[in-house]
Amino acid sequence: MKRLCLLLALIAAQPLLADSKLPPAYWANRQLPDAKKEARAQSLMEELRCLVCQGQSIADSDAELAGDMRDLVRRRIDAGESPEQVRSWLVQRYGSWVSYRPTTEVAAWPLWLAPLALLVVGAVLIRRRIRLKAHR
Amino acid sequence: MSRAIRFAPLVLLFLLIAALIWRLATPVDSTVSSKLEGKSLPAFALPAVVAKPGLASQDLQTGTPRILNIFASWCVPCVAEVKVLQELKRRGVHIDGIAIRDRPEDVAAFLQRNGDPYERIGSDAQSQVQIALGSSGVPESFVIDGRGVIRYQHIGPIEGSDIPTMMSKLEQAR
Amino acid sequence: MIAETGLAALWLAAGLAALQLVLMLMAFRTPIEVGRTIRAVAVVQGALTAISFAMLLIVFARSDMSVALVFENSHSAKPFIYKVAGAWGNHEGSMLLWVTVLSGAGAFLGWLSQRTSERTLVAALGAQAALALGFYAFLLIASNPFARLFPAPPEGKGLNPLLQDPGLAFHPPTLYFGYVGLSVAFSLAVGALLTGEVDAKLARAMRPWVLGAWTLLTLGITAGSYWAYYELGWGGYWFWDPVENASLMPWLAATALLHSINVLAARGALKAWTMMLAVIAFSMSMVGTFLVRSGVLTSVHAFAIDPQRGTFLLGLLAIYVGAAFTLFAVRGGTLKEGAPFELVSRESGLVINNLLLSVILGIVFLGTLWPLFVEAVSGEKLSVGAPYFNAVAGPLALVLAVLVGIGPLLSWRRERRPVFKQLTIPALLAATTLAISFIVAPAMGILPRLGLPAATFLAAASVLPLVGRSPFRAPLATWGMVIAHFGIAVALVGMAMNSAFTSERLAVVQRNETQTVGPWTILLKGVTPTAGQNFTAIEAELHASRGSGIEVLKPQTRYFSDPPMETNEAAIETFWNGQLYTVIGKPDPSGGWQVRLWWKPFVTLIWFGGALIALGGAIALLGRAWRRRRRKPEWRKERYA
Repeated sequence: MKRLCLLLALIAAQPLLADSKLPPAYWANRQLPDAKKEARAQSLMEELRCLVCQGQSIADSDAELAGDMRDLVRRRIDAGESPEQVRSWLVQRYGSWVSYRPTTEVAAWPLWLAPLALLVVGAVLIRRRIRLKAHR
Repeated sequence: MSRAIRFAPLVLLFLLIAALIWRLATPVDSTVSSKLEGKSLPAFALPAVVAKPGLASQDLQTGTPRILNIFASWCVPCVAEVKVLQELKRRGVHIDGIAIRDRPEDVAAFLQRNGDPYERIGSDAQSQVQIALGSSGVPESFVIDGRGVIRYQHIGPIEGSDIPTMMSKLEQAR
Repeated sequence: MIAETGLAALWLAAGLAALQLVLMLMAFRTPIEVGRTIRAVAVVQGALTAISFAMLLIVFARSDMSVALVFENSHSAKPFIYKVAGAWGNHEGSMLLWVTVLSGAGAFLGWLSQRTSERTLVAALGAQAALALGFYAFLLIASNPFARLFPAPPEGKGLNPLLQDPGLAFHPPTLYFGYVGLSVAFSLAVGALLTGEVDAKLARAMRPWVLGAWTLLTLGITAGSYWAYYELGWGGYWFWDPVENASLMPWLAATALLHSINVLAARGALKAWTMMLAVIAFSMSMVGTFLVRSGVLTSVHAFAIDPQRGTFLLGLLAIYVGAAFTLFAVRGGTLKEGAPFELVSRESGLVINNLLLSVILGIVFLGTLWPLFVEAVSGEKLSVGAPYFNAVAGPLALVLAVLVGIGPLLSWRRERRPVFKQLTIPALLAATTLAISFIVAPAMGILPRLGLPAATFLAAASVLPLVGRSPFRAPLATWGMVIAHFGIAVALVGMAMNSAFTSERLAVVQRNETQTVGPWTILLKGVTPTAGQNFTAIEAELHASRGSGIEVLKPQTRYFSDPPMETNEAAIETFWNGQLYTVIGKPDPSGGWQVRLWWKPFVTLIWFGGALIALGGAIALLGRAWRRRRRKPEWRKERYA
């Protein structure tokens, strides 16, 4: 996958990537010994965006920065931080772009309101039809 | 079917086309910038990687603005950037470096081959400080003012044409 | 010579499309009879584009490097199947496939259509020609597949290794037949809105087209999901990626359309909704084509990033969808609605079904495009991904699944029988499943927790239409419906099981060391270099066992040179109760290797369910065609209305 990122990155002419010679960080590709913590870390990693890829989470990416971010997530969760704390730490640094789960900022409110609004509009449209008919 | 409902799809289509035209007209900027502009440097202490002192966040609170350059020996555009950094150094700018995911011998060889504009270089083998700064690639440079506040982020290599901007940002950071 | 023939055929086809459109306009303005002519023109147009596409296949099969497209996307060392499939593994070739299906669909509409009135058919064929013209222009002006290179280079650049897979041979063609097949529904709707003949006859004429396109689209999406699952190496099957959403949106619209058509055909009701859905379904196909090819949204799957071509496509989109929506807005008021119905009736069940599908469609649309809107208005960048879509569309889908079990049991107009008594068994089964899930897995996410009972309910309820009558007397269309609905339940079970019970192991393993994942113990025997027809690789040998017998799995990392790229080939072993998914990673400085191991119980049910849904659609389609043939023996002799 890193190679695909590389290929696409080359197409998009970024001033980025060659590869470093160092191996991946320790916790990039190892699971935490505590299964519950690992599960929390894993679900957080699936919600964090890889910053150097074309649309993948850090859980699904072979990019080095993604590996280092996975290492960071695992170490912090192991140290006792909650996933929400780790996410907001990263959002403070990179903005909401890094979180696949929309944050609570105002720009994201319509996303959560829309389904309700759509259902209400739809229900009104239908009710008119059914009620009208029942009264005939 | 009421008027409003029948024309609603057209209105939505109009909004969609407008957004898509905007997107096609504005080139996609896929760089992710740091949100720490205007905030203090996070505390960090990085070990040395060559025969030069390592870098800690206190070293950047010297009272004068400095440039913090994130680079790596395996980063291709960094090679050309060294010349520009040396020009900035010649103009009296203090430059410190953080080497990302680098081995000591590679950094030494890089500096030997291309030149060394750095006062201190910290080794960030697992990108931890890079992430703490909100940087997402190499090379990037930050203008840090005398009190350790990040004032400006430059993404990509600093080119000759960027020197005036960097100088003015440094001036504003006084 | 061959390439020029292909190009010439394409120009001729474009000319015929123009003629077809002119004929339709003439039919509306003058008293001239154009029925026979316009049908013939449509058929020849379809044949010409088919010839053009065949020419493209030939130049790819021969690796004719003097054609620029072959040079850019092929290599003589490629296996033959990928030489041919590579014809549509790029922008120009896949666009030509698109246009071939579009004009081919028009040809079949002209040739086979029996049920629509002459006027509506002529209008529909004109609309189809108008659609085709824009895309011919796009191909001939901005994306010529037959451009030549002088002098011809000796060797090509090769096909992206991720595409060198049987998935490429299957997924795009099925998907395109699906997407573009919906154009017939679009054209018939536009034609009917123009002539004012929106009625049950139209619905019956549209139904086989929608059913066929929908079935192929279901197959195409299922195949794409499985392809991504085994190719990308991380065990996921749906990422809510913009390109995936681009294929899901037409499917949602087509599913709603399919059900809406049934109401229109049976009761003459829901005229406006049906026409709107028919227009929206193909519009979503065009939006999808635009999104994938313009570079407007970042995606791993986007295969052509060209804003200039994007602008052309956006123009076509604006014209076609704008015209269709305007037509609807102007003519929609004249549609007289059909017989009334009550709250508990099949009509209202289908209406609620439509509503939920449309809301899900709206959510997917909004989520995919919201980052774009926000950035356009405020410059701020945000991401919308799986957490949003799962949280919002998931519950709606579950509610829909339950309703799907109830709906087919209701009568048209009003339900008087105690239908809900029939549902006690399914309800009990659902409750039992829920109870068992609490015992077996006290810690489970809410979506799989509710998904399993919903799926059980649906699985049991979906066969009820066949109970109480002789199953072999039931019409094939009913069998199709039962199988498709049952398929939904099967897919849901697969998704819930995958979400709740997947075990994962990431570790660094030394030679002769074991790791466990789920009930399996896996031993790394060793890692050796190997090679294939156009790649070198390192291959790991893993021995897996869970009590009796040993399975050998050999995941690889492959290195290609044209273009230079590295891919992961997961080794997957399928068992009756799940799949073992293994990937070999990088060597570790400690001398071992990184491996990724998953045990995914019942994950194959996801795609098996998808295949069942498609099978149900195919059976329903065949059933209706067969019934028509049996009823009208003169059918074959009738050619023109």
